[in-house]
Amino acid sequence: MNWYGVKAIYYFEMARSWRTMMQSLASPVLSTSLYFVVFGTAIGSRMGDIDGVSYGAFIIPGLVMLSLLSQSISNASFGIFFPKFSGTIYEVLSAPVSPFEIVLGYVGAAATKSMVIGVVTLITARLFVDYSIDHPFWMLVFLVLTSITFSLFGFMIGIWADDFQKLQIIPLMIITPLTFLGGAFYSISMLPEPWQTLTLFNPVVYLISGFRWSFYSVADVSIGLSLSMTFLFLITCLAGTYWIFKTGYRLKS
Amino acid sequence: MKAIISIKDLHKTYSSGFIALKKINLEIKAGEIFALLGPNGAGKTTLISIICGIVTPSGGTVIADGSDIISDYRTARSKIGLVPQELTTDAFETVWATVTFSRGLFGCPPNDAYIEKILRQLSLWDKKNAKIRELSGGMKRRVMIAKALSHEPTILFLDEPTAGVDVELRRDMWDMVRELRERGVTILLTTHYIEEAEEMADRIGVINNGEIILVEDKATLMSKLGKKTLIIQLQNSVASIPPLLEKYQLQLSAQGFELHYSYDMQQPENGIAQLLADLDSVNLKVKDLHSSESSLEEIFVSLVNE
Repeated sequence: MNWYGVKAIYYFEMARSWRTMMQSLASPVLSTSLYFVVFGTAIGSRMGDIDGVSYGAFIIPGLVMLSLLSQSISNASFGIFFPKFSGTIYEVLSAPVSPFEIVLGYVGAAATKSMVIGVVTLITARLFVDYSIDHPFWMLVFLVLTSITFSLFGFMIGIWADDFQKLQIIPLMIITPLTFLGGAFYSISMLPEPWQTLTLFNPVVYLISGFRWSFYSVADVSIGLSLSMTFLFLITCLAGTYWIFKTGYRLKS
Repeated sequence: MKAIISIKDLHKTYSSGFIALKKINLEIKAGEIFALLGPNGAGKTTLISIICGIVTPSGGTVIADGSDIISDYRTARSKIGLVPQELTTDAFETVWATVTFSRGLFGCPPNDAYIEKILRQLSLWDKKNAKIRELSGGMKRRVMIAKALSHEPTILFLDEPTAGVDVELRRDMWDMVRELRERGVTILLTTHYIEEAEEMADRIGVINNGEIILVEDKATLMSKLGKKTLIIQLQNSVASIPPLLEKYQLQLSAQGFELHYSYDMQQPENGIAQLLADLDSVNLKVKDLHSSESSLEEIFVSLVNE
């Protein structure tokens, strides 16, 4: 195991976010704060409780998930896309590091960053709304698993993308709609049929539902199902990444 | 001298169907400077990229310093440093950060004293805290070399090291390459500047259309394939070659004041003595004589065109 190699990639990636502190931390915090101001405080104050939780508090897990997903994907995809774009990837490919070590470095750094942003978002939320965390352990489990899974997903997008437009298209056209329709702002029981059933095909529902359960012990789907689905996504992303390195897809000719 | 790199039946066909390498067999000796010459698209970069792990071979084997580049890639790659053709650097990083990153990536523990030594050798020490985007092209090239040397490799690949580099830096780089060789580093450089190979290499390989068409000691190659030209300056100009001299296939130049005689250095009898005697007999007075050797460039062009 080349730990020095893993460490080099990890610190390199962390240093990159440190340099771009404003983009890395300030902008997600600002955008989440806007959601709290608009949906939590302004509109939320006129809405009734959902499952016994005030609307302002109800949307917190969804909003944290929203920033976790988008940050994991954008950090990890950019982290591997940029060396490909600039050509510096040659060094990583010619180094004595295994695919697993490369992934550990890049995805580990991206997941760390999104977890930090997730926690900062939670702390920011506290400024606007009062909330509780009933199951802190499970909250952390969901936070960590989601960050790793979607950082892996972002890593695959970064390898697949061969221009900046492609880098943006999946987060914009697929992930954002899925998150908004995944119950971040409402309980799926509020939807009429057939939307309620259709929503169950949206993977983000399980992440938000499980995460919300860890806060308020209320969920749209059972916690066991949420956890199983989260693991399923993780395994799918691991399999995808394994395939990329096995075939050298868009990395080696 | 034992081989430090052994390439056997190495071939590469890209997914587009383009055959970049056709069954390459090549041995690079430990401690030598080997220049791989070839026109653009000949397969030089593909060959280097395969050895370094950037391109997957279609078949064949490469052993680098005793380790197979596929089955024992960790050991093999840790012994190889690569300076690629393109100036690909992390523009926003500092020189120090990027060189220490390379050392770590190649599995070496931090060693600030060693990094300082190579930065000083490459005249980069003053720039250690400068961002790479602030550096000139020549300085960036040095940074690429520092990165390649950061993990103390025993084999260094220089892919077109002086492309787009000014004369002064080119000389500096040649000196540095020689110093590295003295420290025991084996160097394989690709170039299409013949001057570079002629100046530095111990042995020369010529690659064209994915095939190694020749591997030879530089001196042997020059003498084996080199033609010499004897330039005879005359006291008085001549309008045409006298019939007695036709057998020498002389060429007339400098408005009839010069005769050029080409001869093969390999031939035991080069005919010069007889030519001079025949010149005298047709009453052509010789003012001066000098000879010139064909450059590696001419040898190369004639090989590639064959």
